[in-house]
Amino acid sequence: MASFAWTIPLWPALGWLTLSLVGGMLPRRAVALLGCGSVALAAAAATSAWITFPGVPQERALFPWIAAGSFAVEAGLLVDRLSLVMALVVSGVGLLIHIYSVGYMAGERAYSRYFAYLNLFMASMLLLVLGKSLLVLFVGWELVGLCSYLLIGFWFERERASSSGRKAFVVNRIGDVAFLLGILLLWAHLRTLELPAIGAQAATLPAPVAVTASLLLFAGATGKSAQLPLYTWLPDAMEGPTPVSALIHAATMVTAGVYMIARLFPLFTHPVTLAVVATVGGLTALFAATIALVEWDIKRVMAYSTISQLGYMFLAMGVLAPAAGIFHLTTHAFFKALLFLAAGSVMHAMDNVVDMRALGGLARPLRYTTGTFVIGALALAGIPPFAGFFSKDAILEGAWEHAAAGRSPLPFLLGLVTALVTAVYVARATRYTFFDMPHRAAHPHEAPPVMLWPMFGLAALSLFGGLFGARLVGAPLLEFLAPQFAPSVPHAPAPGVFAAALALLAALAGLGIGWLGYRERRDPDLGWMAQLFRRHWYLLDLYDGILVPASRRLALLLAGPVDLGLIDRAVNGVGALAAAGARGLRRLQTGYIRQYAAAILVGAILLMAYWVAR
Amino acid sequence: MVPLPAYLVLAAILFSLGVVGVLVRRNALIVFMSIELMLNSVNLTFVALSRHLPSMDGQLAVFFTIVVAGVEVVVGLAIIVEIFRSRSTVNLDEVHLLRG
Repeated sequence: MASFAWTIPLWPALGWLTLSLVGGMLPRRAVALLGCGSVALAAAAATSAWITFPGVPQERALFPWIAAGSFAVEAGLLVDRLSLVMALVVSGVGLLIHIYSVGYMAGERAYSRYFAYLNLFMASMLLLVLGKSLLVLFVGWELVGLCSYLLIGFWFERERASSSGRKAFVVNRIGDVAFLLGILLLWAHLRTLELPAIGAQAATLPAPVAVTASLLLFAGATGKSAQLPLYTWLPDAMEGPTPVSALIHAATMVTAGVYMIARLFPLFTHPVTLAVVATVGGLTALFAATIALVEWDIKRVMAYSTISQLGYMFLAMGVLAPAAGIFHLTTHAFFKALLFLAAGSVMHAMDNVVDMRALGGLARPLRYTTGTFVIGALALAGIPPFAGFFSKDAILEGAWEHAAAGRSPLPFLLGLVTALVTAVYVARATRYTFFDMPHRAAHPHEAPPVMLWPMFGLAALSLFGGLFGARLVGAPLLEFLAPQFAPSVPHAPAPGVFAAALALLAALAGLGIGWLGYRERRDPDLGWMAQLFRRHWYLLDLYDGILVPASRRLALLLAGPVDLGLIDRAVNGVGALAAAGARGLRRLQTGYIRQYAAAILVGAILLMAYWVAR
Repeated sequence: MVPLPAYLVLAAILFSLGVVGVLVRRNALIVFMSIELMLNSVNLTFVALSRHLPSMDGQLAVFFTIVVAGVEVVVGLAIIVEIFRSRSTVNLDEVHLLRG
């Protein structure tokens, strides 16, 4: 490994340390410079690591972290094809969003706290993707969760923001328990937590163990990546500042689950695991896309869209097309970050209005924002030549191959229908937000250049990013990643014109339906479906009506009768018993020496009697 | 030649006198003397058995006892004098502050 590659997570960590210690005393320009500069250094280090990458995985041990008998974990970094792609995406998109934040958060009081958290997040995420051991990955996994919590609740004076942060933490915790169990199961059977070793030895695991471990890890991924049934925290996470939504809750952190599966892909190749991953991913993709159809908050539309696109990535993993999944992860990071930044620019201009019904007619005053948003929207909808088309097409081809090989056609169908629904809600959101009814309030103002340039950068990436995986130019990204998955994936999916044509048709049809269907500036009557979507396919009724009250009552039962009544009383009882016993025994110490002497005498006589009698 | 049982009976009588003195008297000095009596009854037993067994071990133990008893007298009498100075009494039943 080039000697500087291990500094990739170090720079943002240093930035975080500096900003959190002395950030409050620095001028705002210095805070912005430190915040962005540390990420720029990380991006530069990642780029040079990529340029000097020799083609085989490079490891670097930093220090022995845990050594307890036979349980030994080494803190180390691993640079291979997968972690390089992830580090580049994370640091690149992260850098642009940091720069954007300089403008977006310009009026914010807690400026240095914001950049300190953001830098801590970058360090944690880079540690997550570069960790050599599963436990190091888990540390990064938990740290990004912490940063997510801190940044969702950044405006903690607002009740909703702080409770949303708590919700994200608690829901993630459910998945993390399963994740930790999966790690322990792997340790119990393999006696190692090194990621390359787990990948190499996964085939030797007995099938039930491999399936159980992989499903436990996948359960952790459903929490972190907001898949069914643990998706509920992500829409609420939109309470945080918009750049945070772009960076953490769209481009990087939520893709950690996808990365984890790609990293341990040999473990996930059992047909049962693949079927579960593909089905959950496909169902989530469709499910979240339909909710986005009836949502009015533009940020929440994007949140559901993120859940849906993450479902696509899991679908790709489940149909043995992991490289396509990582490709979609990359393009999605570009265009979804762009959509969020553009939405943030709208909020910036419109005084934080997020309800799409109150927006509209912004195409003229905000022409740069509109232009970039439309590029992002077309990329999301999957229209060539925008990036999303190529990556979505790669996934659908994989699913088509999967179905053609005689396995379930369900992932392909779900993916295709989702492509249609995606295009519909994208058209709806674009039309409501930027077109039609001219806005009558005070003049909206375009964002400052420091916000616009990152958007232009992401727009360029959304426009040309597809070339990384386009077959016309040899699909460089897919080819780059192919050796990573070579042992698990038998062959690259052959270019299927049929699947691509269907995907394009679905996207175009969806755009048409969306653009024409919502032209009256009100939603067409969807009938019973509207209620279905609005209630999250009645999952909300299950959660709010049954699960939440049930767990609340269970918690009350445990807190009241069980904890106070049983456990606390037992503990207090032991204490009271000791106190009462002591009160009785202290009567024996009278202070009269002759009584003590008599007691000694009696004791001596009894002892002698015992010896004699024995 | 006095037979061994006579020594032992005398030692037992002296020891019992010492025990009774410790238990029934309240004057600290008398209690102290009773303790000395018990120590010396044990000394007598040691010496008698030393003569009877032919072994010098018993006499050796007696020397230790005498030395320790002498030290004990020094410390004990000093404590009693201090108690008398501060409380104007050597009645043990009136000295019972250290109680539960």
